[in-house]
Amino acid sequence: MKGQLILEDGSIYKGNLFGAVNPAGAITGEVVFNTSMTGYQEILTDPSYAGQIITLTFPLIGNYGTSPVFSESDKIWAKALIVRENYVSEDVGFQKLDVFLKEQNVTGISGIDTRSLTRHIRSHGTMRGLIKIESNNGDISCGCSDIKAEDDGNLVAQVTTRHVYRLPGKGPRVLVMDFGVKKDILRQLRLKGADVVVVPAFFDAKDIFSLKPDGILLSNGPGDPARVPGIVSTIKKLLGRVPIFGICLGHQLLALALGAETYKLKFGHRGANHPVVDLETGKTCMTSQNHGYAVREKDLKRLGLVITHKNLNDGTVEGLRHRYLPAFSVQFHPEAAPGPSDSNGIFDEFFDMMIKRRQREQAI
Amino acid sequence: MPKDKSLKKVMVIGSGPIIIGQAAEFDYAGTQACLSLKEEGLEVVLINSNPATIMTDSHIADRVYIEPLTPEFAASVIRREKPDGLLPTLGGQVGLNLAVELAEKGILDREGVRLLGTPLSSIKKAEDRELFKKLMQEIGEPVPDSRIVHSLKEAKAFAREEGYPLIVRPAYTLGGTGGGIAHDEEELMEITAHGLSLSRIHQVLLEKSLLGMKEIEYEVMRDKKDQCITICNMENIDPVGIHTGDSIVVAPSQTLSDRDYQMLRSASLKIIRALGIEGGCNVQYALDPETGKYYVIEVNPRVSRSSALASKATGYPIAKIAAKIAIGLTLDEMKNPVTGKTSACFEPALDYVVVKMPRWPFDKFTDADRTLGTQMKATGEVMSIDRTLEGALMKAVRSLEQGVIDLSIKRLTGASIDEIKEEIEHATDERFFAIAEALRRGVSVDEIYEMSRIDRFFLEKIQNIVNMEKRIREEELSPELLRQAKQMQFPDKVIARLKNTGEEEIRAMRRQCGIVPTYKIVDTCAAEFEAETPYFYSTFEQENEAASEDKPSVVIIGSGPIRIGQGIEFDYCCVHSVWAARDAGYRTIIINNNPETVSTDFNTADRLYFEPLYIEDVMAVIEQEKPIGAIVQFGGQTAINLAQALQQRGVRILGTAVESIDAAEDREKFDALLNELNIPRPKAGAARSTEEALQKAKDIGFPLLVRPSYVLGGRAMEIVYNMKELKTYMEEAVEASHERPVLIDRYISGTEVEVDAICDGREVLIPGIMEHIERAGIHSGDSIAVYPHQTLSGTAVEKIVNYTEKIALKLNVKGLINIQFVVQDDHVYIIEVNPRSSRTVPYLSKITGVPMVDVATKIALGRSLEELGYRGGLMPRPDFVAIKAPVFSFSKLRRVEPSLGPEMKSTGEVLGIEKTFEKALYKAFTASGLKVPTDGAILATIADRDKPEAVNLLKKFYDLGFTIYATAGTAKALQEAGVQATAVNKVEEGSPNILDLLREGKVDMIINTLTRGRAPERDGFKIRRAAAEDGIPCITSLDTARALYEVIETTAIKLMPIK
Repeated sequence: MKGQLILEDGSIYKGNLFGAVNPAGAITGEVVFNTSMTGYQEILTDPSYAGQIITLTFPLIGNYGTSPVFSESDKIWAKALIVRENYVSEDVGFQKLDVFLKEQNVTGISGIDTRSLTRHIRSHGTMRGLIKIESNNGDISCGCSDIKAEDDGNLVAQVTTRHVYRLPGKGPRVLVMDFGVKKDILRQLRLKGADVVVVPAFFDAKDIFSLKPDGILLSNGPGDPARVPGIVSTIKKLLGRVPIFGICLGHQLLALALGAETYKLKFGHRGANHPVVDLETGKTCMTSQNHGYAVREKDLKRLGLVITHKNLNDGTVEGLRHRYLPAFSVQFHPEAAPGPSDSNGIFDEFFDMMIKRRQREQAI
Repeated sequence: MPKDKSLKKVMVIGSGPIIIGQAAEFDYAGTQACLSLKEEGLEVVLINSNPATIMTDSHIADRVYIEPLTPEFAASVIRREKPDGLLPTLGGQVGLNLAVELAEKGILDREGVRLLGTPLSSIKKAEDRELFKKLMQEIGEPVPDSRIVHSLKEAKAFAREEGYPLIVRPAYTLGGTGGGIAHDEEELMEITAHGLSLSRIHQVLLEKSLLGMKEIEYEVMRDKKDQCITICNMENIDPVGIHTGDSIVVAPSQTLSDRDYQMLRSASLKIIRALGIEGGCNVQYALDPETGKYYVIEVNPRVSRSSALASKATGYPIAKIAAKIAIGLTLDEMKNPVTGKTSACFEPALDYVVVKMPRWPFDKFTDADRTLGTQMKATGEVMSIDRTLEGALMKAVRSLEQGVIDLSIKRLTGASIDEIKEEIEHATDERFFAIAEALRRGVSVDEIYEMSRIDRFFLEKIQNIVNMEKRIREEELSPELLRQAKQMQFPDKVIARLKNTGEEEIRAMRRQCGIVPTYKIVDTCAAEFEAETPYFYSTFEQENEAASEDKPSVVIIGSGPIRIGQGIEFDYCCVHSVWAARDAGYRTIIINNNPETVSTDFNTADRLYFEPLYIEDVMAVIEQEKPIGAIVQFGGQTAINLAQALQQRGVRILGTAVESIDAAEDREKFDALLNELNIPRPKAGAARSTEEALQKAKDIGFPLLVRPSYVLGGRAMEIVYNMKELKTYMEEAVEASHERPVLIDRYISGTEVEVDAICDGREVLIPGIMEHIERAGIHSGDSIAVYPHQTLSGTAVEKIVNYTEKIALKLNVKGLINIQFVVQDDHVYIIEVNPRSSRTVPYLSKITGVPMVDVATKIALGRSLEELGYRGGLMPRPDFVAIKAPVFSFSKLRRVEPSLGPEMKSTGEVLGIEKTFEKALYKAFTASGLKVPTDGAILATIADRDKPEAVNLLKKFYDLGFTIYATAGTAKALQEAGVQATAVNKVEEGSPNILDLLREGKVDMIINTLTRGRAPERDGFKIRRAAAEDGIPCITSLDTARALYEVIETTAIKLMPIK
């Protein structure tokens, strides 16, 4: 079925719809691009993409099908998928991406000149877009103003867990504040032996402490960190009481709690090849990233924050550590999935911090 | 500035001549590396024996030594230049082996030269099978069960434990030389024996078969800070079992999930760290699709063919960055040269698919065994880029220039389904087409998967192409369908054929619907950042990124894949032409598809279009760029073949006119021209049928030189001595090229002479005359060429100059012209005229100091010789001798006849320069890999026709102290002449025979002249093959043997009894 993508500036890209197609409605969302060449399923199911329409720059998507083991959450959170080509296999033993999207009630559009679209976003910045069935008279009745007007609301509230759950382990108890946590973050914690307890994003500090955590992980998640209500004040209450480790949105929220500011990047960092230099060792490694906002560098020093990591390409802040408090965070994804796991050692730092803390407390 | 301040002068080792397994990629890598080092302010000293390279140009390194790549010569260069460091990892396996030898012999230590980049211990760990296996086990990386063996007995023992099939890999050889797959004991014995003889350390690895698994490669880089990145991964469409150089390869991998991708990527990083490599390396894996388990197959601790491919596939210049790492820079302090802004410490993200297809020499070596295995057989490769895999595959196919522009070949259309299936199961070079044919006949993807183990994903892509053929044939050609066909890169001609209409109609329809190619940039970052690189590929999409520019431009047509007869020389010429056109004030645009070359480095021209050299693709670029014209004289026959079609489509051909090219190539027009100029040529004719040929032969008289018209490198050329042979030839050759007549020349046995000249329409500059050692009848590309000429009389030289001038002026040549003569006493005959650049131009340019391509290009653009500071006439003789010798790859091509004849067989060339003829020849022989013997045994088997001459020569060898073995007839003739030759049995005379003698290693050199007939069962063939496989010098021309004698005679110290 023919479809089209209309951007808020009026640009039109024509293609073919696949996955779940709703004949009546149109899908709107922020159009972003990801440059990973593999891992389409991990990307689609990453809750951080909630509300967004994902463009994959690699042109051949769906080549190796889909499998439950690749999902980063229980569903697709992205609103739609834009690709150059969706692989359609005749192999019966092969779970097709198309089928996966249908099951998840998510629309895809293929045949798009995704490179052109990416260049457009790169030069004009991230913008909202709309995907719909191409109408016969070719009209664009759904105007650009409609695209702009829509508000995604509180995305974290949409993706966070509704109830507390525990993934038992013998090691330190890590309490994960779920702003849209990826399964691979939990997997990494468990691989290292953590006793994981996942709580909803808006859990308050008192309830958190009642669960006696050895450390708190502020997870990744979708949207603008400045627009997530309440969480910053919760984090402020947690600071200094227990080791805190933030990833992606968790990193931004930690920074906000410590008084820093965040801002929106022109088109974000989404891909598996972002060079990040560890300022403490001077070494650079490849990281997996997915974020549209960043922590502003100015004033961090005054706030007692040390920049631990920077992006080698644009110099943006990629990691922070508080000078005195047991709290640190990274903008990138050490759990990878998809992408390189070169920065996996960051989890060990979190564990070291928890273990040291516990030893000290026991000593006292 | 380099971080390592103690480095001032660095020596780089090149890779020597082009052979199978080591082609132009090392010229690209070496050139990049040298320039990269100079950029850092270092003085660069280069040694390479291959003159047909950009890297041996005087401005690439500070000091260039075109000398044999032996430890002795390299040591001399080191002693003279006293470099601080040696960069060993850019000259392929040859360069690496030489560096290891220099280090092991203690030369580097003695001279205080540091090995840069990868430490010697790492090289050994990666190259030595046993050490490598041990290291992998230490770091927990899986390797297949294997055993290093040093004898046939050990091999048998391992086979008893593991069973068959087994993979045999000799240590320290290149392109899988001497390796193979043994399915039974007989094969195991044969391959192992051969492998042991070829391995520098007499070591062979027997490995449990991983046949049928996915073959994946990663290109990895590491710096001294231990920062590691992968540049690219690649997936072989052909599973494990076929050498990666002979596999169709895609980049990036297509069927790997992120988990598999990252699993192998992490392993690659772990391996490069364990090896401690500072620079680049290549890791190959087998991945079992059933279990998800992987095995490390091999690591190359150096820049390789795959890294050249990865550089072109991603835009990331591996060799350039590797060279900087070797002198101490780190990845994070360098910029990505493509974006100019972002860091070099990152991993390229592709937003297109790349396909590499090998180019095999089987069109030349029709007798060769075409089945593919662990021994690489391809001479070159093409690469294509598109946004669809179907499109990239289709583009790659037509880039191969084998007369095929879609997935159907005539031979297979006529084959039975069983034959086709057989070819799919036991892969040959045409398996890809066999798969398409099988799908066309309704064989299922599943069945083909079972036979080939090629991933279903790839098979379904081929299925898509086949389905598209059907749709075009059966459905109405709607704009939508046409667009889809073009997105799969169906040429207009194919669509027209399927639709039973004209190509022009399809083209018109496309124009009307606005279905024209768009060009996208290879930018390393999937459009995330703005790129500065002018590196384009075509695809049928919405946006065109190739913005038009006002500055007048010139298109230079490249030479495509390396093949026998069209090698790296033509790339050298194209690159120089680009530089010259830029110097003349033009924007330069190059079109080429060979990923190994300097011409496809995006820094070479102002714009690079990585495209097939097929008329539709070339025209599309021209329509995009609107150049003032196209230059076709430097891209070999590839470019010349496009000239006429381009002109017909209104493109101005710069330089020599198309009519002149035609006048030189069309036999009848050429005869008329020579008649008019009163220049003699051997009696000749042209025949379109066997009857006509026999008729013409009566007029001309035997022996005859016969060949099809419009060919390069003497393809299907032969000397025939009688009617019967002529008839046989006509039946084969006319089949080979039925569109064009067969040329029949009287064969004159004399000295062959070659001239490359530059003409501006008024004057003719002749930089030099080259004389061939081998008499006419051996292809000029396979002859040893001597500059300046040595034996020609003054009268002959005068005639050569005079004829050259007359022809060049008559043809109104604007640029280069190559003429071949045969000289008998004072008589000079013309054999062939090529109004284009030739294979000898790079060599001649280097030794005469005339930048021939530069001058020719500027003339093509309207300047004159005088304006450029040159005058007509023959340049004076130099006070040195420069000799070009051919290099062959016979050991890699089973069943190919290694004797020399009118068909070109060499894959590369080397140069020897010295004060005297003999010394230069010594260097040329040595550089070509022939160890000039000073004593030992010669085995002589001589055709009756050559006996008188041969006996005379063999007596001289005998007098120098050589032992002579000969077959009965030859031995008798020798004994009569007073030579105590030992008679040896022919093969059919029973053991011990000639072959036993060879096997026992009793022979140091073979002199063998060819009896008629190419039937491989003859003794001569068996001897030559045995020699090729065991690395014994085998000389098949008495002229070569005589030249070798002269070298030995000059260097030999003779006993002089005083009484």
